Amino acid sequence: MAQEIRNYTMNFGPQHPAAHGVLRLVLEMDGETIVRADPHVGLLHRGTEKLAESKPFNQSIGYMDRLDYVSMMCNEHAYVRAIETLMGIEAPERAQYIRTMFDEITRILNHLMWIGSNALDLGAMAVFLYAFREREELMDVYEAVSGARMHATYYRPGGVYRDLPAQMSQYRESPWHKGKDLKRLNSWREGSMLDFLDAFTDDFPKKVDEYEELLTTNRIWKQRTVGIGVISPEQAQAWGMTGAMIRGSGIAWDLRKKQPYAKYAEMDFDIPVGVNGDCYDRYLVRVEEMRQANRIIKQCVKWLRANPGPVMVENYKVAPPKRERMKEGMEELIHHFKLFSEGYGVPAGETYCAVEAPKGEFGCYLVSDGANKPFRVHLRAPGFAHLSSIDAIVSGHMLPDVVAMIGTYDLVFGEVDR
Amino acid sequence: MTDMQKTSLAERLAARFGDTLKISVVRNETTAELAAADLLAVAAALRDEPGFRFGELIDVCGIDYLGYGQVEWDTADVTSTGFSRGVEGEAPGRFDWAGRPRGASPPRRFAAVIHLLSIEHNQRLRLRVFCADDSLPLVPSVTGIWPGANWFEREAFDLYGIVFDGHPDLRRILTDYGFVGHPFRKDFPLIGNVEVRYDAEQKRVVYEPVTSVVPRVLVPRVIRDDADLEQAKAEAADDWRRN
Repeated sequence: MAQEIRNYTMNFGPQHPAAHGVLRLVLEMDGETIVRADPHVGLLHRGTEKLAESKPFNQSIGYMDRLDYVSMMCNEHAYVRAIETLMGIEAPERAQYIRTMFDEITRILNHLMWIGSNALDLGAMAVFLYAFREREELMDVYEAVSGARMHATYYRPGGVYRDLPAQMSQYRESPWHKGKDLKRLNSWREGSMLDFLDAFTDDFPKKVDEYEELLTTNRIWKQRTVGIGVISPEQAQAWGMTGAMIRGSGIAWDLRKKQPYAKYAEMDFDIPVGVNGDCYDRYLVRVEEMRQANRIIKQCVKWLRANPGPVMVENYKVAPPKRERMKEGMEELIHHFKLFSEGYGVPAGETYCAVEAPKGEFGCYLVSDGANKPFRVHLRAPGFAHLSSIDAIVSGHMLPDVVAMIGTYDLVFGEVDR
Repeated sequence: MTDMQKTSLAERLAARFGDTLKISVVRNETTAELAAADLLAVAAALRDEPGFRFGELIDVCGIDYLGYGQVEWDTADVTSTGFSRGVEGEAPGRFDWAGRPRGASPPRRFAAVIHLLSIEHNQRLRLRVFCADDSLPLVPSVTGIWPGANWFEREAFDLYGIVFDGHPDLRRILTDYGFVGHPFRKDFPLIGNVEVRYDAEQKRVVYEPVTSVVPRVLVPRVIRDDADLEQAKAEAADDWRRN
């Protein structure tokens, strides 16, 4: 008796909780086994690159935050660095240290989001709650320095927008925060932002231990991740993978070490690498990256405490003059007006500047024809390259492994779709 | 000291490929311009030969050079005639779909730019391939050499209409299903060509020409000469500003 067996096509997303945003994945299934995965992306396409071509350079910094919206300042860093390279200006040393510190704060923010949501996808609810507890503290640091919890627009060509605040923001009494609870919440916040970060970095390794306690030896977690989504070093290179994806496969490639920018050359930290290239190894790599990021923040805090100084270049073509001077001086008033209306011209040329963003290599390819607006901005998003490999990686896996794989890619559709 | 460390990447490229590549080095970034016909052979050599080993393709993107160096506000000739109003020009923000500029385009308008990375030698290289024909921009696909080029080429096709010859699956990737046009071309309006809304009578989402936004440009495109930066340096050196 002959029976016809046909493959089944299934839609995964775009409104699936494990699709991390707006991924529509068309899966061709043979029973519960994946034969082909065809991701449809672009549902969040906003034309960031085209919009950036239509406005002066500085007005696009805010768009960068909205690309990978869980590692905001790292995106800004790539864009700002590309402008600085073409203009031939360099941010003051203190600004470089601030950038290094905030890149690492961002890395922790990103990895906390990742560990929480990835664990949630695979059935561990508690990790999410733990991770968001620490995320909240770091969001407050973002807010203290820029006024915004996420979309900071803090990095500027020539430095950072302003110096670190002398007083960390505190919780006010409210029906939700009062009495002993309020006192505990504010206990780290009596002094400056650097005092707060000191307290945070002293405490954070213990918090990472807590996450590891929940996952690292957890039998269910290991069943879902060990041996799943194995990527060989050759595959990782062929698919243009970077960041934790390539390090998980055993290649010790990290731009912070290999092509250092900002102040990474002065920092003491280690690069974790995986052995088997499966989801579990990438988990271990990212957890260790949080610990290393914590170390870097500590070193930056120490330096920043000892070395006050300017955080912006003294060049009125790219940086606005001080407000008081602008009120008194004609020259300063003109500079201020010119900067915020026309902006500044960037010398003709092209450059590609990349940073080691939490998800991998985030690059900005900038072409200028000398005008006050970029001629072409191309943003190289790590998630875009990673997701393109999904068909090659997941075919032959079971349906639940796709969820583990999407989680381990650490996808954010703001940057994939741009 | 090995041969690798003695010579720069540009020298090695020139020695290996000769006139095939037009090499320039600016700020330690090496760019090689080559003809579309040579791309596949050069790419395979760059990936495999021990002196290059560009095992990783970082990025492929399209560029439309239409309007490169054009300004909307003439600032060179100010005192004799007064400033122009800064409302001329054909920047993408100034027209809608019906009024898009057609016709005149510079020779060699489209290019595909490929960024390569060699993890082994810790080196980067940029390849630029200009398309010979503007009406059908054609570049050979490098997906056979670096599978990771797949989506990047789809993106360049979607946004610029560059056709990658030999690509296994050249579909649109970022724009909507059934989208018309290539939105990142400089003659494509910034406000777009269609807008969507829910139609209560037809009980479905309908596509219509854009009416809810009008084209406008807040800041004209200006190119000033480098005197700007020179002046800034001189001003920064002035002592009286610091007091």
